Amino acid sequence: MTEAQDIITVKDLTMAYGEYVVMKNLNFSVRRGEVKVIMGGSGCGKSTLLKHLIGLVQSRSGQIFYGDQLFEPDGKSGERIRRRFGVLYQSGALWSSMSVAENVALPLEEYTRLGAAEIREIVEFKLSLVGLAGFGHRYPSELSGGMRKRAGLARAIALDPEILFFDEPSAGLDPLSSRRLDDLILELRDALGATVVVVTHELASIFAIADRALFLDVESKTALCDANPSDVVNDPSFNKKVREFLKRGEV
Amino acid sequence: MANRQEERAEVDIQHNGSVCEMVFSGKWVLAAERPKVDSILHKLRAFDAFTELRIETKRVVEWDTAFLTFVRSIFDWADSLSVEYSLDELPEGASNMIRLSRAVSEEKGSGEVKKLDFFTQLGESTIEILRGMNRYFVFLGQLLIDLYAFATGRVRLRWKDFFALLHSTGPMAVVIVSLLSFLTGLIIAFIGVIQLQKFAADIYVADLVGLAVTRELGALMAGVIMSGRTGAAFAAQIGSMQVNEELDALTSFGISPIQFLVIPRVLALVIMLPLLCVCADFVGILGGMIVAVTLSEVSLVQYMYQVQAAVAFNDLMVGIFKSSVFGLIIALAGCYRGLHCGRDATAVGLATTSAVVTSITWIVIVDAVFAVIFQILSI
Repeated sequence: MTEAQDIITVKDLTMAYGEYVVMKNLNFSVRRGEVKVIMGGSGCGKSTLLKHLIGLVQSRSGQIFYGDQLFEPDGKSGERIRRRFGVLYQSGALWSSMSVAENVALPLEEYTRLGAAEIREIVEFKLSLVGLAGFGHRYPSELSGGMRKRAGLARAIALDPEILFFDEPSAGLDPLSSRRLDDLILELRDALGATVVVVTHELASIFAIADRALFLDVESKTALCDANPSDVVNDPSFNKKVREFLKRGEV
Repeated sequence: MANRQEERAEVDIQHNGSVCEMVFSGKWVLAAERPKVDSILHKLRAFDAFTELRIETKRVVEWDTAFLTFVRSIFDWADSLSVEYSLDELPEGASNMIRLSRAVSEEKGSGEVKKLDFFTQLGESTIEILRGMNRYFVFLGQLLIDLYAFATGRVRLRWKDFFALLHSTGPMAVVIVSLLSFLTGLIIAFIGVIQLQKFAADIYVADLVGLAVTRELGALMAGVIMSGRTGAAFAAQIGSMQVNEELDALTSFGISPIQFLVIPRVLALVIMLPLLCVCADFVGILGGMIVAVTLSEVSLVQYMYQVQAAVAFNDLMVGIFKSSVFGLIIALAGCYRGLHCGRDATAVGLATTSAVVTSITWIVIVDAVFAVIFQILSI
């Protein structure tokens, strides 16, 4: 693998809240077009890492590169890089004062010069991609949890992002909906040619979608493993903790 | 009755050389009366050093958490003296539960809350206050930058949202503002009439009501009502958006929450509060008129004429100007508290409370400062 194919490179990233250090000197990369899963036990800093990657939280030290550009959330490059990704938050995070269609339309209105009719058409198309065609006029409070997530996904893909971030996509969903969302993630990845970064601890999802999975460990405050989860399970040379996690402790 | 006596929770202690035996009997349940753990420990301490503690529970009829906590504290005490005991004599469920509760937690010490001494606490709260001030200045600076961007046309206002805000901050508040201003005018006139009648100067009630309402009370009442009504709503709304990650979603789309949420709210209140203030002025004077006409000899025309003579254009403008400053204060406090809200339901409540408290406090302080300034400038 050459350097050029890494779309995200994280170098010596240290994350901390006040005096509490979450992760120390984290190094990993995400390849273009892959589905990268960030996994680990509760409270290990998975979601915190995601917040660093999308620039919601300043890192204590270390750098994040998108392609070969340094990502500075507050700097000039931040704005440009942000435009390249879409984020699906844990609960969907739809703007509750706007209808689903308006939610999907807002990024388009902010960043494109399209006319109202064209935007309406795009919105309807994106909603149909996630199976919510015809639900545009509803408000987020009138949707179920699964529908909210899918609407959030439609909003995340509104600007055809290069990179899609998912924060616990299966949290709070029944097994079938969760499975459908996983399939949708893979389909969208193939259709958009996007790179996908998923934070999750759902084993079923991890095995179903991950090309490579990064395991964050609370105790050592580092990543223990960055490999395909099926390989990890079958190969005893990998770290025992990661194998235990992936086999629900049955090693 | 005898049966009841048998079911009473009791523990009998027998001391025999190096062995101490505790015989439990009866119903050891939370709902029943039980021996106090302290008195039992006291009795145990009175005995000479013993090295083994035996537990006998065959006569326990029923047990629940009450029994477990009791036995657990006895064991804790025994541990501290390294007295030997066995869990096997307990009913099976109970011994399992005790074992489970004594299993060493995997996350060591994470449940502990560090206790800080006075000076550390003082220092930390000072730092927190400074940080808070810093956050506020950052907020104000960002707002100024974004307002400039708006003024130079680089930021578009979403008109639909803006009109909805104008509607909820203006017309929707007219009824409550009118009602309270009407009553305020009424009360001022009532006090005035009673006092002024003593000097047969009833007519001056018009001056009193007119000046008090236009210069001070109209703006003040509108400000206080709007900070309770709209300032709180802003804080709660933006705060819940924070809880629901909606603000994060805005930021990650590169949309500034200040441009998107704060600027329309600030503009809406700065525009609407002066209008509400004018409304409050007129309704307040009307309230005064009703009292003046009914309780004193002053006629309707006299009252109107007197108000017109007493209240100068400047007096009206002073109130209106102040109210737009109050509007700014309310919107800033509400939005700032909302944006810096924590991420749970309690935090939204706190944000709302502090939005209302800060805005009312600042309204009163600013009003006092204006009173002095206008005095000096003799406006």
